[in-house]
Amino acid sequence: MVAAIKQPGWIRGALGAIVGAAFGYALVVALRKASGLPAIQTEQTGYPQLVVAMVTGPLGFLLGFGCFDYWLRWAVGAPTIPEDHSQHGARSWKDYFKFNTDHKVIGVQYVCTNFFFFFVSGLMAMLIRAELAQPGTQIVDAGTFNGLFSAHAAIMIFVFIVPVFAGMANYVLPLMIGAPDMAFPRLNALSFWMLPIAGLMFVASFLAPGGAFDAGWTGYAPLSTGAPLGQSFFNLGVQFAGASSIATALNFLVTIITMRAPGMTFWRMPLLVWANLSTSLLVVAATPFIAGAQFMVLFDRVLHTNFFQFAGGGDVISYQHIFWFYSHPAVYIMMLPGFGIISEVISIHSRKPIFGYRLMALALIGIVVLSYSVWAHHMFVAGMFSWLRVPMMITTLLIAVPTGIKIFSWLGTLYFGKIHTYSTAMLFALAFIVTFTVGGISGVMLGMVPIDIHVSDTYFIVAHIHFVLFGGSVFTIFAGIYHWFPKMTGRMYDERLGRIHFWGTLVGTWGTFLPMHWVGMDGMPRRVADYAAQFGDWNLLISVFAFILGAVQLIFLYNMIVSWRFGPRAEGNPWRGKSIEWLVSSPPPIFNFDEIPRVVGGPYEYGVPGARHAILAGEGAEVEAPEPSVVST
Amino acid sequence: MMGRLPIAKMLAATIALAAVISAVMVSINWDGQEASTAAPKIDDLLNVMIVLSSFVFALVVVMLAYALWKFRAKPGDESDGEPIHGNTRLEVAWTLIPTIIVLFGAGYSWVVLNEIEKPADDPLIIDVFSQQFAWSFGYPENGGRYTQGELHVPLNRQIDFKMHAQDVIHSFWVPEWRIKKDNVPGITTTAIVTPDKLGTYQLICTELCGFGHASMRAKVIVEKPADFRKWVAGVKDRVPQPYKESIIRDTETNPVLDGAGGA
Repeated sequence: MVAAIKQPGWIRGALGAIVGAAFGYALVVALRKASGLPAIQTEQTGYPQLVVAMVTGPLGFLLGFGCFDYWLRWAVGAPTIPEDHSQHGARSWKDYFKFNTDHKVIGVQYVCTNFFFFFVSGLMAMLIRAELAQPGTQIVDAGTFNGLFSAHAAIMIFVFIVPVFAGMANYVLPLMIGAPDMAFPRLNALSFWMLPIAGLMFVASFLAPGGAFDAGWTGYAPLSTGAPLGQSFFNLGVQFAGASSIATALNFLVTIITMRAPGMTFWRMPLLVWANLSTSLLVVAATPFIAGAQFMVLFDRVLHTNFFQFAGGGDVISYQHIFWFYSHPAVYIMMLPGFGIISEVISIHSRKPIFGYRLMALALIGIVVLSYSVWAHHMFVAGMFSWLRVPMMITTLLIAVPTGIKIFSWLGTLYFGKIHTYSTAMLFALAFIVTFTVGGISGVMLGMVPIDIHVSDTYFIVAHIHFVLFGGSVFTIFAGIYHWFPKMTGRMYDERLGRIHFWGTLVGTWGTFLPMHWVGMDGMPRRVADYAAQFGDWNLLISVFAFILGAVQLIFLYNMIVSWRFGPRAEGNPWRGKSIEWLVSSPPPIFNFDEIPRVVGGPYEYGVPGARHAILAGEGAEVEAPEPSVVST
Repeated sequence: MMGRLPIAKMLAATIALAAVISAVMVSINWDGQEASTAAPKIDDLLNVMIVLSSFVFALVVVMLAYALWKFRAKPGDESDGEPIHGNTRLEVAWTLIPTIIVLFGAGYSWVVLNEIEKPADDPLIIDVFSQQFAWSFGYPENGGRYTQGELHVPLNRQIDFKMHAQDVIHSFWVPEWRIKKDNVPGITTTAIVTPDKLGTYQLICTELCGFGHASMRAKVIVEKPADFRKWVAGVKDRVPQPYKESIIRDTETNPVLDGAGGA
């Protein structure tokens, strides 16, 4: 027992959590006593003793779990051994449940954690659709309903879509650029372990007095500043997810900029690497804004500051400006990595170089720049300055241009190729192109102020965001999971089950989200537990398709679990790819490469006679490496 | 490379598909009944966008379908496709043409926006008060008369709704008018509507405002000006004090920007 407490791990982590939480609680109680206040405060927006404990408890866990051990030893001048790799790599399944610095282990930890929350949040979606199958309230009351859709969105966004891309890139990206690991492996591990904390806080908010946070995932003030304790769980969960996200983005930036293998110029990077470079640029600069906005809400709630309290001189609308200054770029944070995945999958399975590679990379950068100038299109009817609307409309519509470039370039890649559709990843990639186009079109319509005035905050918005985030992001996530499943697990998945999952998901997505456009335009507002009887039939239809969509995800879950355990062994390069991750075994060796590979050409040189992207150690004699400065795409 | 593709046939298929989709989509009345002067303008813009979007969607579908039909690998074919890296003309085209389309859309939207928000000479001012979870209305031109849960407006006169939220944000939406605006605590927001059809409509709250959000509705009655005058004269209630104070307290959303004094 004493030994277990000395070693980093779950026991010390649990102890750290308890001690941390007790310390936070005691600190508040003591300070309140010393100030002559009642020790325990239970105003619905308050509970400072619990709010502080919710910060110190998780920090205690991270400390106990071992996330800071190396740094602390180094900081106090104790001996550290940089070459000690005992926490690196998975030698048994138990290593996946430990603090581990191997980017491949962390990648798997991310993806599994994210999909756990995907299914938790998916269940909430099923409850939401069950309630909405008929007009009137049958299954949950209106307050619980508000909590359900708020938690559904928060979990899907902050602990599924945003981090699952980081998880996949964590696994694949260092391999792709020929790096032995991420630039900061310990920071990488810390980033991961902050994430389940955020997810658990969102879920645990249902246990808080007054129920889960119920002001929507947007948490607009002053509804959020006056909401019960559950809202503080959201405010704090976002901090942990956001800190995780920012640290990972920094890690990606440094890794991509400084750790590419010799010969890998920027114009030889696979588009997935370009996509994560762009995404990371968005994350590091935008995410602090939502962190700030949620802190301000928390301070308004607990400390009675007046950031958003109009009666105290605060400004209600400024919450929305700060929130959307993150949350619109966040839409691209949730989309650009998916664009990268689609480029990899389509190029490999049509055996063709990416059409217009450089313009594809520049389009990503164009989206990054433009996405900082469109946030107020979420606020056309919010009562902000009316002169801000037209400039924001123009930038919003212009962002369709780089997105269109990507769509047409993927289509161009297919032409004169040899298209293989045996892989479920390719099916999702092709379906993504059409489904995402619909989301893009409704996005352009929403960008137009007069149309937005009518459909803002209706089911049209719900339809749009699900076409973009489910038909867009989640389709690319499935494409990526199927594509790299052999690499990550060393096993092949079942393509027959993959196909059933694909077709079920495609039909379910269109059937669920397409009719939502219609009911929205015809007068059904969003975020309502009850609605006018005239929309009853459409909503029943939507719910039926939603249940189909939900059910086929269980096939995916079964396929992944069973194939991981019993699937046939995967070869190193089952899809005959050219980028470096396919040149190593499946799964790759613990330290990726015996010797850093040399990059000698572009990543998509299919059909070019004798073209190579990279040369691994031991085969250097075959091809002579050209000067690294020579650009070839 | 382009020469080897049946461009004319693909274009014809795209136009045909776009025409079919547009015809079906435009014939459907998506937004429901039109009951304000803004409604037909917004619906026309929507229809123009539906036609343009149908073309884009059809183009994507035709391009994808042709590629899948023509360039599918035969079973067992392990060879690679042709090493085509791009085509500058094509890339310029699909950068410029969408730019022109969206800039046209932006310009058209701007024109429509200016038309539907054009101020009239003698608008009728009505105050809107929202509070969890009820609407009420003040008629300042009629001696501060006040109604709860029921809004009456005269036909064919521009109405400037001046909105005041008492607690959290609410949003004023009458789907048949196509007009929506948030009511924000601390500021006065304005919505401009000219109802042009008699009838009874529903005012719907569209900004999440708490557990009663779904049921936060009010009745809207558009009646002939003479009927309106008669009705309003018969109203007994007057705007209560806290609401009067919110009118004085709330600042305008769009203060005059130039000049020190402002509004």
